[in-house]
Amino acid sequence: MTGFDGLLGLLLEPLQFDFMVRALVATVVAAVVCALLSCWLVLIGWSLMGDAVSHAVLPGVVLAYIVGAPFAIGALVFGFLAVALIGVVRDTSRVKEDAAIGIVFTTLFALGLVLISVTPSQTDLGHIIFGNVLGIGTGDLVQILVLGAVAAAVLLVTRRDLTLFAFDPTHAHAIGLSPRLLGALLLGVLALTAVVALQTVGVILVVAMLIIPGATAYLLTDRFPRMLVVAPSIAAASAVVGIYSSYFLDTAPGGMVVLAQGVAFAAVFLVSPRHGVLVAAVRRRWRRHRSPRPDTVAP
Amino acid sequence: MTGAGVVPALELRGVTVRYGDVLGLDEASVTILPGRVCGLVGMNGSGKSTLFKSVMGLVTPDSGSVAVTGLTPGIARKRGVVGYVPQSEEIDAQFPVSVADVVMMGRYGRMGFLRRPSAADRAAVAEALDRVELTEFAQRQIGQLSGGQRKRAFVARGIAQGADVLLLDEPFAGVDKRSEATISRLLRELADDGRTVVVSTHDLRALPALCDEAVLLLRRVLAHGDPRDVLRPEQLARAFGLDVLAEED
Repeated sequence: MTGFDGLLGLLLEPLQFDFMVRALVATVVAAVVCALLSCWLVLIGWSLMGDAVSHAVLPGVVLAYIVGAPFAIGALVFGFLAVALIGVVRDTSRVKEDAAIGIVFTTLFALGLVLISVTPSQTDLGHIIFGNVLGIGTGDLVQILVLGAVAAAVLLVTRRDLTLFAFDPTHAHAIGLSPRLLGALLLGVLALTAVVALQTVGVILVVAMLIIPGATAYLLTDRFPRMLVVAPSIAAASAVVGIYSSYFLDTAPGGMVVLAQGVAFAAVFLVSPRHGVLVAAVRRRWRRHRSPRPDTVAP
Repeated sequence: MTGAGVVPALELRGVTVRYGDVLGLDEASVTILPGRVCGLVGMNGSGKSTLFKSVMGLVTPDSGSVAVTGLTPGIARKRGVVGYVPQSEEIDAQFPVSVADVVMMGRYGRMGFLRRPSAADRAAVAEALDRVELTEFAQRQIGQLSGGQRKRAFVARGIAQGADVLLLDEPFAGVDKRSEATISRLLRELADDGRTVVVSTHDLRALPALCDEAVLLLRRVLAHGDPRDVLRPEQLARAFGLDVLAEED
């Protein structure tokens, strides 16, 4: 069993470094929470909104750093501010929604960059942009675990209402629920999740973790509860593969994690039993060869 | 059944709804009694959707009042009085929910915070599915149903909800003849049980056979009564704007 021992040794090697353990735990937690959220985002069609909010929290996080407040507070404030501004621009001018989203989040993101450039700090705030998973301290890890647990708990407790909101908000209203409140809840969790994830893969790549796992799971199953299992599993596996491969290949960990998710999506896109394009093509071809000619059978 | 003591299922009095400069409803007044199937007829933009929305409390009238089984729309909503069957295009048929999941959503208003279904909820769902003859399709994803079957699934959701008033938005659009007959029969049965069914449509063929009464709408109520009277050509000409004088009125 030397081969097995060798493999085990290889897998355990990175774990002798505390920073690698913290990186692995933080990334898996962030990936799982993002993946849960992504199931609703891709079904509602809020991928672009996820992109917008995850970028727009940047100035909030920097301001929170400056005044010494928790990052989550700053992120929540700016997450909702972004959504409100998008609504204002969309509803009170002739500018369409996609343009409104593009204008608001890039401007807020730019504000964040400017704030970073004028803020003297020990820790490099630039790490927020591209992530700094290998530099995560114990305090950061605690924050990631707490926020991640809160976000996941809120999503799982309200999952049936959120799914109804995504599917048929009019009915939700008709039976006395508040679609507006449920939408706000989802956006709030989105802002929290952005904070969880930006220290691992960074603000720019958060959006990948907020879209890819849900979209991948959606191609694999027609049952929403299964999506809530499949998406986090794929995201967690991608996180582990990404962190390990970045260690051995000496590449950017955040990039590797997202790359692993992208590869997983590509594989599912091609060979998903239900909705894979390659599988569908093979099935069509097989049917054409096997089935009798249409003109020889009775209709 | 039209005795003085009967509380109307729906009662709109002088309801006006404005969207900015656009008039959605203009002093619309109509009373619909329980146990009736009522056709709501008008062209696009005549206020059919706005009327539905004001009944569901999705829009608040600028003036006038709406009562649903004697309750304000807000309270009726909390009690799940109104069931809504959406237009086909409002629903994402690819959404990963089963037929049984959709019908169970009718019960959410009665469940606890976590929406964990009780035995009574499951029984109500099974009964509603049986009622619309979709029991064998309960575990199918909704996209794997025909247009007419999907409509019935949403009617079943209203039944499971225990709704006294069912609003159907264009239920016959994209539905084949046979399904149309099945849906019509089902709606008739529900009305015979004492529920009130309001069908919004610009498809007039199905109406006389289906409805006890018809309401002709052009932002205000032009006519209300027996479908054969309401759907006379000269009335329809007014409702569909073919009568220039009526337009300028």
